[in-house]
Amino acid sequence: MTEEKIKQHTRQVLKSFSKKKGNLIPILQRVQGRLGYLPREAMLEVAEFLGLPPIHVYGVVTFYNQFRLNPPGKHSVRVCLGTACHMKGGYITLDAWKRRLSIGAGETTTDREFDLDTVACVGCCVMAPVTVLDEKPMGKVDPTKVDGLLLAFEREREGKKKQ
Amino acid sequence: MTTTGVQAIIPAFQELKVCAEAHWKGLWKSGRTVITVGTAACGQAAGALEVLQAFRDEVSKLNLDCRVIEVGCMGHCYAEPIVIISKPGYPAICYGHVNPVIAGTLVKEFVAGDNPCLEFVLGALEKNDLIPSLSEFPRAQYEKKLILKNCGHIDPTDIEQYIANGGYLALEKALRMRPEKVIDEVKRSGLRGRGGAGFPTGQKWEICRNSAGKPKYAICNADEGDPGAFMDRSIIESDPHSVLEGMLISAYATGARQGYIYVRAEYPLAVERVQIALRQAKKLGLLGREILGSNFSFDIKLFQGSGAFVCGEETALIASLEGEAGTPHVRPPYPAVSGLFGKPTTINNVKTLTYVRHIINNGAEWFAGIGTKGSRGTAVFALAGKIVNTGLVEVPMGTTLRQVIFEVGSGIPNGKKFKAVQIGGPSGGCLPESALDLPIDFDSLKKAGAMMGSGGMVVLDEDDCMVEIARYFVEFTQRESCGKCTYCRLGTKQMLEILTDITKGRGKLEDIDMLQHLAEGVKAGSLCGLGKTAPNPVLTTLRYFRNEYEAHVREGRCPSLMCPDLIAYYILPHKCERSCDACVGTCSVEAISPDKKRIKVIDQEKCVKCNNCLVACPLQYNAVVKLSPPGKVPTSKK
Repeated sequence: MTEEKIKQHTRQVLKSFSKKKGNLIPILQRVQGRLGYLPREAMLEVAEFLGLPPIHVYGVVTFYNQFRLNPPGKHSVRVCLGTACHMKGGYITLDAWKRRLSIGAGETTTDREFDLDTVACVGCCVMAPVTVLDEKPMGKVDPTKVDGLLLAFEREREGKKKQ
Repeated sequence: MTTTGVQAIIPAFQELKVCAEAHWKGLWKSGRTVITVGTAACGQAAGALEVLQAFRDEVSKLNLDCRVIEVGCMGHCYAEPIVIISKPGYPAICYGHVNPVIAGTLVKEFVAGDNPCLEFVLGALEKNDLIPSLSEFPRAQYEKKLILKNCGHIDPTDIEQYIANGGYLALEKALRMRPEKVIDEVKRSGLRGRGGAGFPTGQKWEICRNSAGKPKYAICNADEGDPGAFMDRSIIESDPHSVLEGMLISAYATGARQGYIYVRAEYPLAVERVQIALRQAKKLGLLGREILGSNFSFDIKLFQGSGAFVCGEETALIASLEGEAGTPHVRPPYPAVSGLFGKPTTINNVKTLTYVRHIINNGAEWFAGIGTKGSRGTAVFALAGKIVNTGLVEVPMGTTLRQVIFEVGSGIPNGKKFKAVQIGGPSGGCLPESALDLPIDFDSLKKAGAMMGSGGMVVLDEDDCMVEIARYFVEFTQRESCGKCTYCRLGTKQMLEILTDITKGRGKLEDIDMLQHLAEGVKAGSLCGLGKTAPNPVLTTLRYFRNEYEAHVREGRCPSLMCPDLIAYYILPHKCERSCDACVGTCSVEAISPDKKRIKVIDQEKCVKCNNCLVACPLQYNAVVKLSPPGKVPTSKK
């Protein structure tokens, strides 16, 4: 995405907000919702709009886990590491995702198909270990199920190619 | 308030109530079957949306007069997806572990025919001669549902169903009382904040009411960040209006004009349901200007958290609402005196607010009659981990841990032995078997080294390593520490390094004392609840499970066979079956191969300890074992 495009999108979001400092987090959430991440240009634009020093915006962005500074993949993989998930082998599941995708937590695959991250707890403790795949919580994800889920994505991709 | 205001309230509310009741009756019109599907996040994770679709498809295919509606979670999460079918002539029957195929069968056999398919039944909702009812389950004798009562029985996206079931009645009653009287009622009930600290709610409101400064704010803290806790999520997803009603009453009592409901970003469904609830309440005049024709005006905005655990702390939450990084501030002044934008602000937990309407409806004495002397009312726990009946339970304060875990939760699955229960998340502690007969309330748990926290209860069995769980929580608090206080920022980091060393077999004996020393330092030298309580998991495991720490350090052995660096997977040659290749196929790194006799051998160099082979090995062979320390694996002859 070009710099100009990023600025355009950001300005579009800013239109529906007043210039109050309390709006900073909702604005950033909305911008990230549109762009998928928060590039430098977007943060600068937001800082100017609210009359804040850019470092304040950057400080807030890096403080909260939800904001990301690099583009996401097409599919998001969030491995829950809540207490119940951890004790039921969530760390083993995370290892499996890392191994299969060849990336670490907080990274995106080079083909931008998947991004992998951990989440503190999604509150579905009874289905532990949980992986949230594209916003959908999946229960009882062990290494075998990781392979199955990835296979399903691959089949889907191949199916699209044939069409 | 002027008298004209008071007089207007009754007819205004009466009109809403009559309308809602007609709507509710219409839903249950005679002769029609109603199917409710629990689609809270826990249900969805188990596939409830597919089940919902399957019911809808089948009902429309057979062209039946049958309503399929979505409800929240009734707490029996272990049996998700849960469905209730109410067919005239039958008791309402609850089915568990429903999948799309079972859904199709139920419609064909039960809704269209009259075979209630007993094989899928969990229990009936009321006593009858046909099926055992849920109220006859052993757990029912311990449970007392106040704030979870509506959950799983009404559609959370339909305000009229809430009103028809007694909703907003307490608001109407409160609006006819003087605000001081409302505060007095809450004070006399003995309600204490359910967010963890247990501060008396009525007192908080009174301080806010008596503080100078306008406008005042009322905030609902739904930033339920404790890993392992999901009560607030479930209540918001299943019965959002009960939270709004509590906020309205608190705002009326304190004199607040503007409210915020601060929901975690990790709960997208809760966010959606709050948005719907706010819209509906505004439409019916239960929110906004001159509520129910009175001269009380109050509006609520939804604010989404951004994934910072420390924002559950009230001053950090306020900082986040003001557009700052969520770092806590020194108290006093408390938010009730100077909070959001420097104005008097009450911050209450979801559960605390949900109790309010019951107190107003039934009176302070009624509420004070439940629970123990210092802790009135009920406690809601989220049961998770190694327990048969995972889910939500609500029991009177004073119930013992043993009753909750073994009677309500039906104990530990797979014949394993109970080891500990982790209460209160990263701020709480691990309590051993000897603490099980402790009656649960705010004070008893604190004495044992844990705390109520927000109510997450994770049960641990003999396979769970106590050093690892301590390490897990310190890793969590270390990552989530905002960095303001040195003790918390650096102390937790040092503790984490020591604990990591121990779980990797690099620990030294003096480390254990150092850990204790650091833990006490962090407790004393931190400003907010996060740092003050972060050492609790370490201190309690040291207190009750010191022998496990010592086994790691002295022998390089993990007694629970959990720490990956201290275990090795091994296939017992005399148990391995030559014709079976289950483990070979399932190994994620091709580390298993058969030897000349077709006995399978694990290449320890390649093994990543993913546990696949142990799961895959058929029960009748049971040949894969974990050994600790890893040196116990016999060296293979090649």
